[in-house]
Amino acid sequence: MSDSILKTIFGRLTLESLPLHEPIVVATFGMVAIGGAALLAALTYFKVWGYLWNQWFTSVDHKKIGIMYMILAIVMLLRGFSDAIMMRLQQAMAFGGSEGYLNAHHYDQVFTAHGVIMIFFVAMPMVTGLMNYVVPLQIGARDVSFPFLNNFSFWMTAAGAVIVMMSLFIGEFARTGWLAMPPLSGIAYSPDVGVDYYIWALQIAGIGTLLSGVNLVATIVKMRAPGMGMMKMPIFTWTALCTNILIVAAFPVLTAVLAMLSLDRYIGTAFFTNDAGGNPMMYVNLIWIWGHPEVYILVLPAFGIFSEVTSTFSGKRLFGYSSMVYATLVITILSYLVWLHHFFTMGSGASVNSFFGITTMIISIPTGAKIFNWLFTMYKGRIRFELPMMWTIAFMVTFTIGGMTGVLLAVPPADFVLHNSLFLVAHFHNVIIGGTLFGMFAGINYWFPKAFGFKLDEKWGKVSFWCWVSGFYFAFMPLYVLGLMGVTRRMRYFDDPNLQIWFVIAAFGAALVAVGIAAFLIQIFVSIRNREALADHTGDPWGGRTLEWATSSPPPDYNFAFTPVVHDLDAWYDMKDRKHQRPVSGFRAIHMPSNTGTGVVLGVLSIAFGFAMIWYMWWLAGLTLVGIFATTIFHTFNYKRDFYIPVEDVIASEDARTRMLATQGA
Amino acid sequence: MTAELSNSRPRSWLLRAAALLPALLISGCNWVVMSPSGDIAVQQRDLVLISTGLMLIIIVPVIALTLFFAYHYRQTNKSAKYEPTWDHSVGLELLIWGVPLLIIIALGALTWTSTHLLDPYRPLGRISAQSGDIGENTPVGQLAGNQQTITGGKPLDVQVVALDWKWLFIYPEYGIATVNELAAPVDRPLRFKMTSSSVMNAFYIPALAGMIYTMPGMETTLHAVINKPGNYEGFSSNYSGAGFSGMRFRFHGVSDAGFDAWVAKVRNGGGGLNRANYMQLEKPSEKVPVRYFGGVESSLFKAIVEQCVKPGKPCMSDMMGKNPHDGMAMPGVNGGSGPQDAGPRPEGGLMKDGDEKGSGKHWSAPADIKRDGANAAPGSPANRNHTMLTPSTMPGSRPVANG
Amino acid sequence: MSSVSLKKDGLDEKGEPLSFYQLEEHHHPEGSSTMLGFWMYLMSDCLIFAVLFAAYGVLGTSYAGGPTPKEIFELPLVAVNTAMLLFSSITYGFAMLSMEEGRQRIMQMWLAFTGLFGLAFLSIEMYEFATLIHEGAGPTRSAFLSSFFTLVGTHGLHVTMGFIWLVTLMVQVQKHGLIAANKRRLMCLSMFWHFLDVIWIGVFTFVYLMGSLR
Repeated sequence: MSDSILKTIFGRLTLESLPLHEPIVVATFGMVAIGGAALLAALTYFKVWGYLWNQWFTSVDHKKIGIMYMILAIVMLLRGFSDAIMMRLQQAMAFGGSEGYLNAHHYDQVFTAHGVIMIFFVAMPMVTGLMNYVVPLQIGARDVSFPFLNNFSFWMTAAGAVIVMMSLFIGEFARTGWLAMPPLSGIAYSPDVGVDYYIWALQIAGIGTLLSGVNLVATIVKMRAPGMGMMKMPIFTWTALCTNILIVAAFPVLTAVLAMLSLDRYIGTAFFTNDAGGNPMMYVNLIWIWGHPEVYILVLPAFGIFSEVTSTFSGKRLFGYSSMVYATLVITILSYLVWLHHFFTMGSGASVNSFFGITTMIISIPTGAKIFNWLFTMYKGRIRFELPMMWTIAFMVTFTIGGMTGVLLAVPPADFVLHNSLFLVAHFHNVIIGGTLFGMFAGINYWFPKAFGFKLDEKWGKVSFWCWVSGFYFAFMPLYVLGLMGVTRRMRYFDDPNLQIWFVIAAFGAALVAVGIAAFLIQIFVSIRNREALADHTGDPWGGRTLEWATSSPPPDYNFAFTPVVHDLDAWYDMKDRKHQRPVSGFRAIHMPSNTGTGVVLGVLSIAFGFAMIWYMWWLAGLTLVGIFATTIFHTFNYKRDFYIPVEDVIASEDARTRMLATQGA
Repeated sequence: MTAELSNSRPRSWLLRAAALLPALLISGCNWVVMSPSGDIAVQQRDLVLISTGLMLIIIVPVIALTLFFAYHYRQTNKSAKYEPTWDHSVGLELLIWGVPLLIIIALGALTWTSTHLLDPYRPLGRISAQSGDIGENTPVGQLAGNQQTITGGKPLDVQVVALDWKWLFIYPEYGIATVNELAAPVDRPLRFKMTSSSVMNAFYIPALAGMIYTMPGMETTLHAVINKPGNYEGFSSNYSGAGFSGMRFRFHGVSDAGFDAWVAKVRNGGGGLNRANYMQLEKPSEKVPVRYFGGVESSLFKAIVEQCVKPGKPCMSDMMGKNPHDGMAMPGVNGGSGPQDAGPRPEGGLMKDGDEKGSGKHWSAPADIKRDGANAAPGSPANRNHTMLTPSTMPGSRPVANG
Repeated sequence: MSSVSLKKDGLDEKGEPLSFYQLEEHHHPEGSSTMLGFWMYLMSDCLIFAVLFAAYGVLGTSYAGGPTPKEIFELPLVAVNTAMLLFSSITYGFAMLSMEEGRQRIMQMWLAFTGLFGLAFLSIEMYEFATLIHEGAGPTRSAFLSSFFTLVGTHGLHVTMGFIWLVTLMVQVQKHGLIAANKRRLMCLSMFWHFLDVIWIGVFTFVYLMGSLR
């Protein structure tokens, strides 16, 4: 009797669901709990809750939301990287009868969580965060098209991240690999909560991603400063536009396919089951129809960053702007025509395989053109080796290698021997780390002074850079070799002792990367400490070329007191070149959107809803769903969503900037 | 013969340590993908090398130019030219789009032909690089399905079933079956028909040929040939759950006489494999030692593909009467249908009563092997949790299949 | 800074001074991006339906020994259902015409009709589903039925959302009148409602008609 009441209340959640017997998890939990408690106590002690709530959590300012995305991504990077270290350690140990220190149950969760977290909760928020921060500034806008939606999107992404983190301590995460392929991920073969955690984390975060995609497309199409035609948009804005179009056109597929998987798991339908006529291969096709564009969602913004950085630090206009734009567009379209190259080995006919192989190779042409464009931007330039530029050079070398191995994998018969091998693992890390991640670090180092008003410390930045780059090569070049030795991914232990040395080298590389991450955190810490010395008062520390450098660092809430008018491609360079006069009077009150806590409320409700669905607490699921609807409807009854920044405030901050610029002798 | 088949390779720690250093220095000849022993894998290796070579034409200059430009146009080098407004050159644009295009055209042509020539469904065109085309000068494309009889002899059919987590090989020609051991005569064409009992796996012997997925309810094909005698490694190369890492087998390339001896050994090695003990064998188990079956029920493989081994379960093709469409591109999919009396399909979460919800217990909890382990009572849900760990009762002991 | 050249120094080609800032308040009118944004949302929703249609296309003949479309679809019922949805679109159109003319009460009346037709549609659909499940042709019976229920059910879920939204908007119009914000919202719902109509025509043709012909 009482048992059935408990089941009704808690679903399948019991005390047994807690991994109390796992020393690694318990220790982690202890550390997180102590750290979290200390953080909460400190926040309470210093009375910053009100500040955080008013200035950050409820903020609809695209700049603050962008920064929150970045913080989320960095926190999740630490989690995802811990998984990576655990895997490297396991594979370096588990030889000759030893099964290492992770059992199958734990290890399989670790590699699944690593993939899911790195893609969805590190790379995606970082990309979205940078686009959120930079795009409105680059196009001379005051905010995005739908500021509240932006805040809501962030909290949805954060809610997904929270659900993934919960799986570490309550129950377990999926043990299916990062794409949760059925039949393995079906209820028949994965009856526990792992895949449900996966589904709800991704669905909830996916809503955020999709809406932020819609938002940024609308922003770029509608909110550009006067004079900025499509072919005068900065390249980063162009890549952001294409990325967000890809998001809008790809994420619904993920939503639908995960919805079908959850119907299989919750209702017992037969979409992807082995029996009753289901077809698991349909899942594989559909998820890669989303999955391949996703790759370009991650890498296109990085391409944009490299374009901005190369041009700025070479002191030169970008070579072949229009060919760069067309290359981006071609990549955007072609990314939908290549998904089958992820499973050549399924045994589709030779003609199908070669079609998809060749379309994949064709993508390398515009990508190659981009590399050449950066190359010729450097040509006859005056290259300043600041941190962003160093990351860019490292990217060009690394990504070229990754691109080459990618084209190799696009040849179906070659893929037959390398598919699912560590060669493949090395390849996609080569392009995701060498492309996206290096791009993100270039972007962070490049725009940090814009966001905070001081540069990042160069010494620690260099330490981080060299550790990351050399760590990457140490960690992944051995994996290429291992792939050629016929070693498959996701293996927990190995027989052949000859392999061990390569895994040890890879583990050493991972350790170097760990130092790189630590150095990055130290870099931020040291920079904050030395912010006076590193301060930038001009708003244009690098000799920038695009509009974000036209305003102060950090920009005022309203970004631009007067909307800039664009006459040339490198709008800010053009303004400097033609000796524009910054207006110092005639300011007006500025119309701005007001903050709202609805996003946070919806985020919390979504977490509760996801948790209830995962653990079969139907009453809670129903309740939170009603809560979500009620909150949304309640929000629509609020018609006062904007306010005016009083003209005195505008004058005060603009005068401060005028004085600041005067002291710089600018 | 026995030496050839022995798969124990004792090595002391010292030997292993000594092997480490040279392992780093030895060139590609120790890397099985780069130095395979089967003709298909050799051709695939060649393709890897040729494509890499083609791409290096553009990769090497790009990397070299990147480093050179970065060095030469550094800010401190005042002697380098500086043209801040130079941003366009039709000639260069043509070059940077044209050269990659040309290389991709070459690579695309190579891809098209090689993909068709090395299509796993295609009967072998030759036995090895030395042997020349089968059937004197008949172009490979004109060989009929079963016509590979000219030089290499009739292809040896092997039916491959990926079980959790072991491999079942059935030799229909000889009426024998093995678990986790495969043998084939050197230079005889092999035709693998592959399927899986529950989840996706991939059948991969790097020395022999590239991998192909094995999928439940479907049949895939792989044609290959082994050219050198030897003891090779085979495994699943698509993650399939907790026991995946131990899903390995040895593949023996042997002489014709050696193969006959091996077949005789299997014949004498064990009982028969019928539907009943297949149902036992199919249950999840890890690190399963080699087993031999002297006889095999002839229709077993077909029943496995059609998922009707279990008595009373209707086969997929029996349900086709109601299913006029079979237009899927995938072999064996055919809009496949399932059992008439669907049997005990797992229920969705929403359909479960309170007591059916289970405890959601943490699967890594120290397990009671009787309650949670693989090979529990038939029908136990624990048998189906493929992501679950099956803990060994004693360290070092190998859980055995209950065949 | 570079030395002075003729074209530079804030002059355009004709020698007129170039302005680099818009000194008048450059106003992005409130909600100017809403239509575009909502269109994009609709297109992404359309993709979800596209995937469900594709799933139905792949699985639509996997009967697993279970019932076939011919055996379970009742075309007359579905025809009535279709009529309900089409009528609701027409009445929504009338509502939008009244909105343009600023006749709030008439508009509210048409909206109420729209809502009623929507409810009728949903009721018939639920009756159909209940009958099917009762006959043992529920979504778990075969892949065909899984994809059928999911496709049609997702559409029904959208109509339900549309209905809730409609009621909310009617209350808001009652409260605040036909202000710009409400007009914009009514426009969005209009697009949503007609979009569901278009999807339903696809469902009716592709699932019901072609299913019955098979």
